[in-house]
Amino acid sequence: MNKKVDCVVIGAGMSGLAAGIRLAMYNKKVLVLEKHTISGGLNSYYARGKRKFDVGLHALTNFVSPADRGKPFNKLMKQLRIPYEEFKLSPQNYSLIQFPDKTLSFTNEIATLIEEVNKNYPSEVDGFIRLLEHIKAFDEVNLNNETIMAKTVVRNFIKDDSLIEMIFCPLLIYGSAWENDMDFSQFVIMFKSIFLEGFSRPEGGVRTIIDILLKKLSDAGGELQFRSEVTRIISHNGKVTGVEINHNEIIECDQILSSMGLPETYGVVSEFENLNHPAVGKLSFCESILMTDKKPRDLGIDATIIFYNNRPEYLYQKPQTLFDRESAVVCFPNNFKYENYQDDYPEGVLRVTNIANFDLWNDLKSSEDKTLYRDQKEVVFQNAVEILKKCGLKSDYQVLFKDIFSPTTIKRYTQHFEGTVYGSTDKSRNGKTPIQGLYICGTDQGFLGIVGSMLSGISMANLHVLQGDLK
Amino acid sequence: MLTNAEVRTKVLDIIADIALDDDVTGIKDDVALREQLDLDSMDFLDIVMELKKRHKIEVPQEDYPRLASMQSCVEYLAPKFNQ
Repeated sequence: MNKKVDCVVIGAGMSGLAAGIRLAMYNKKVLVLEKHTISGGLNSYYARGKRKFDVGLHALTNFVSPADRGKPFNKLMKQLRIPYEEFKLSPQNYSLIQFPDKTLSFTNEIATLIEEVNKNYPSEVDGFIRLLEHIKAFDEVNLNNETIMAKTVVRNFIKDDSLIEMIFCPLLIYGSAWENDMDFSQFVIMFKSIFLEGFSRPEGGVRTIIDILLKKLSDAGGELQFRSEVTRIISHNGKVTGVEINHNEIIECDQILSSMGLPETYGVVSEFENLNHPAVGKLSFCESILMTDKKPRDLGIDATIIFYNNRPEYLYQKPQTLFDRESAVVCFPNNFKYENYQDDYPEGVLRVTNIANFDLWNDLKSSEDKTLYRDQKEVVFQNAVEILKKCGLKSDYQVLFKDIFSPTTIKRYTQHFEGTVYGSTDKSRNGKTPIQGLYICGTDQGFLGIVGSMLSGISMANLHVLQGDLK
Repeated sequence: MLTNAEVRTKVLDIIADIALDDDVTGIKDDVALREQLDLDSMDFLDIVMELKKRHKIEVPQEDYPRLASMQSCVEYLAPKFNQ
């Protein structure tokens, strides 16, 4: 006899766990299947010796106070029945968008950015304020929004291309599956989550969030199974009947919420004839993580995140080289306002993330000569040290430990085709697929960031499973 | 037979679990819940689902407006609790 459940959730990342919790809360027999041995997906963690590392999460976006009603973060916490304080959030100090000629700083108060625009682009500030009003009034999570490109919309408000490049830089690199531009709804999600709400960090990093979600899932009666790769989504006459895991075991179910990505999901559907072929996203990253004997504030930097770009325009696109040396996101996890909660890192932590080319890294990784891959990771690291210097970090520190990951590392841990981080450019905004009972949640449903991905899991579980039961 | 006060307590228990960062002790019965608490349409659906889960009470969609205030909740739900 095959095992039978009501719902299978594919992937124990943020969206899959959140979906699983909602379904289990309302008495669904739910099984979350995760290929990897730990949960978190794109936002996970690991340890080397006593040192702990976060992957994915630089900062949690969407920071608001508990009194800020109706904001995504508070909605999320309420839907999962998690008290606000449990994430132990410390807000950012401030962040910088550093371009060759100008630097804009922003905080969790939008007034800072307005003032910076006024100082650096006085003739644009009125347009910027009108853009803010337009963004605030826009219903970005409406599942019926049409796709329009954001730069086209923003040019109606701002004339100076260099300001547009600067505003888009953090929003693109923290969430866009598209090169150099993004869908306006996603732009608004990102704009609100970063500029109008802001950055914070949970004490203990991403594992704090994951641990809370895992406990919630298990308390609600949801089941989570690791080392369980979904190798086939089985349907009959266009309707889901179950999944096959690890090529041998069948689990019967009526509904599937898949967070593995749209192309990745369609790739395992058995009745594939009716399906289109979603595009595989082009954007992947490499990252250098440095643990140092001094904390960044003792080396002259108290910014939380620096969006570094050394060109007049910001090239958010798959580079022709292994990685783009001229732009990076630099994150300093020690530099949050640790007042109510602690900086749990005993050492300095510096993270430098560059846009990278999956194919070129994959060639290196598949090469007979294993030193090639290692040598290029060293090049990434050396470049990171240079970028840190250009961001103003003093050089009198010792690197106690370093780790560099590449797009092939991302593919290995997330199973995303070509190591994409923000998924496909084809989103399934309402979560529907041509297969009845198969729904998409997570990045390829189109809500972004950690808060967005959890809300995606929640919304899709509500819309397609729980609300269906009420009718 | 549940009294109106007991029905009120049962509804309040549900609301307290959903609006868990809100203080629900001072809810005014004749004022819309939405105006007093951080509740949106997603949360009202949760109230409906909790009624079903905890008390096997079904609220059809056309009756959702009856859950607007504590007073209307009790008026609408008391007969259902006592069926």
